Amino acid sequence: MNKVATVSRRESLPGLLFVSPALLWLLAFFAAPLLAMIAVSLHDSATGQYGIGNFVQVFTEKAYTDALFNSLTLTAVVTLASLVLAYPLAYSIASLRSARIQRLALTFAVLPFWTSYVVRSYAWLLVLAPTGPLNAALMALGLIHTPLRLAYSTTATEIGFVHFFIMLDTLTIYASLVQINPRLALAARDLGASALRTFLSITLPLSVPGIAVGAFLTIVLCIGDYVTPQILGGMRAIVLPQTVMMQIQKHLDLPMASAMSLVLTVIMAVAYLALYRFLRPEEPGR
Amino acid sequence: MSAVQTRYAGGWKQLICKGLTATYIAACFCFIFAPVAVLVLFSFQDGRLPVPPFHGPTLHWYGQALANDRLLSAMGHSFVVGAGSAFLSVVLGFLAAYGLARYRFRGQALVRGILVLPMAVSYLIVGMGLLVMASWLNIAPSLWLVCISHIVINMPLAFAICSAQFNPAQVRMEMAAADLGASLPRVLLQITVPMMAPALIAAFILCFTLSWDEFLTAFLLSRFDITLPVAIWGLLRGGLNPQTNAIGSMVFFGAAALALGAEYLMFRKKSS
Repeated sequence: MNKVATVSRRESLPGLLFVSPALLWLLAFFAAPLLAMIAVSLHDSATGQYGIGNFVQVFTEKAYTDALFNSLTLTAVVTLASLVLAYPLAYSIASLRSARIQRLALTFAVLPFWTSYVVRSYAWLLVLAPTGPLNAALMALGLIHTPLRLAYSTTATEIGFVHFFIMLDTLTIYASLVQINPRLALAARDLGASALRTFLSITLPLSVPGIAVGAFLTIVLCIGDYVTPQILGGMRAIVLPQTVMMQIQKHLDLPMASAMSLVLTVIMAVAYLALYRFLRPEEPGR
Repeated sequence: MSAVQTRYAGGWKQLICKGLTATYIAACFCFIFAPVAVLVLFSFQDGRLPVPPFHGPTLHWYGQALANDRLLSAMGHSFVVGAGSAFLSVVLGFLAAYGLARYRFRGQALVRGILVLPMAVSYLIVGMGLLVMASWLNIAPSLWLVCISHIVINMPLAFAICSAQFNPAQVRMEMAAADLGASLPRVLLQITVPMMAPALIAAFILCFTLSWDEFLTAFLLSRFDITLPVAIWGLLRGGLNPQTNAIGSMVFFGAAALALGAEYLMFRKKSS
């Protein structure tokens, strides 16, 4: 801190010159558009007046509150399910014998990341279709007699999301699991703690940063996504990004779309603040 | 309990543990690979529907996809937007990372925070903001806007990758070059950039694949000339079609190869 405080203005010039292109770019194409969005969201396209009417509408009109509710529940379900399924996977991979095998398993675990984002949802549509492989397999096993109607439903959206976020969470959780000093767990075992106790009071708390990063990314990416619910959800439980796109495409109502986008941004900011404590990189000596 | 029994019990427990671990990993891999496997398998479907039963392999749909002018021109657009935005993202991100790593100035933490901020905001917000601003300024949607939005999205990532790879040992080499009379641009181009090459290439590849695959801002900000994900989106309106499988499989294999290449570069850097 001290060093920075004593830097003279002349010395800080070259550093600022190097960062200024990137800063200016974000100022012009990220900050300014955000401000424009805020200004536009305060404009009521029906009456032509300025005010918070659009925001009031988002929180009072049933279509919008439903979308808000759907978005929040979908995100909560997806975030929890992904973490619960990804943790054992990350743990299993971290417990594999050699670092090379672990790395190989991890690389393969996230390989489907690289399917095109639009195509990934389409592929789930195929898997879940009434005549698709999943139903075919279940019927062949005699578990069901009529095909399950999985495609075009909220369940399908959830499956599509969980599929993506398991991969993401596995990466972040694995990254924090392998950073834990194995001696801590060994010491706990030596002192008589059971395997479960060791896991609950040593391993799990120390892997919280990985969980938090995974949860944060899941929340931001899930609540802001349009493609997965649009392709897989079958317009049943519409989520906020879908209503935003409808405002833009059908009603050409940019002010309303802006207001809803800003509500989304605020939700993300809340998620960030709630998880901030865990997201901050660990300072040495803390 | 004797030592042997303990070991015996431990052996069984261990075996069960190992079995469970392997089973869980296998189950997860089945789930993770299910859509990709179905996508690729039915891209070879000899029939109109990409669902079971599988009628036998044909390359018909690959031929169709590669003869589809709309898809091909979209692929070209995606390539140009991807390469252009990735290049600028890496240049801007590298310069910023360099400035922050080699110079001390007031407000460094703030600058760092601002530079990574777009990573915490969804693509929808970035796209919406640019759309609102463009319509305000009466700028028609175009690939230029798509490119601009992709730089906003990817530059923070390139910055983060470059920042992580800068280390104090490199400073000495830069100082040595400067002492021998090299000007700052020359030091940058002949010393710093070659030293950072693996990180720069990895960042470029990552930015390119992300731009190549980005749908939402591309959808919002383009109109007549569209990128590949937007073209695929258009195909989806026709329902299930093996042609979509074919183009999707091709994109998957291309992107996976690029991603593995980028990872190899980063991994090699770390282990050397």
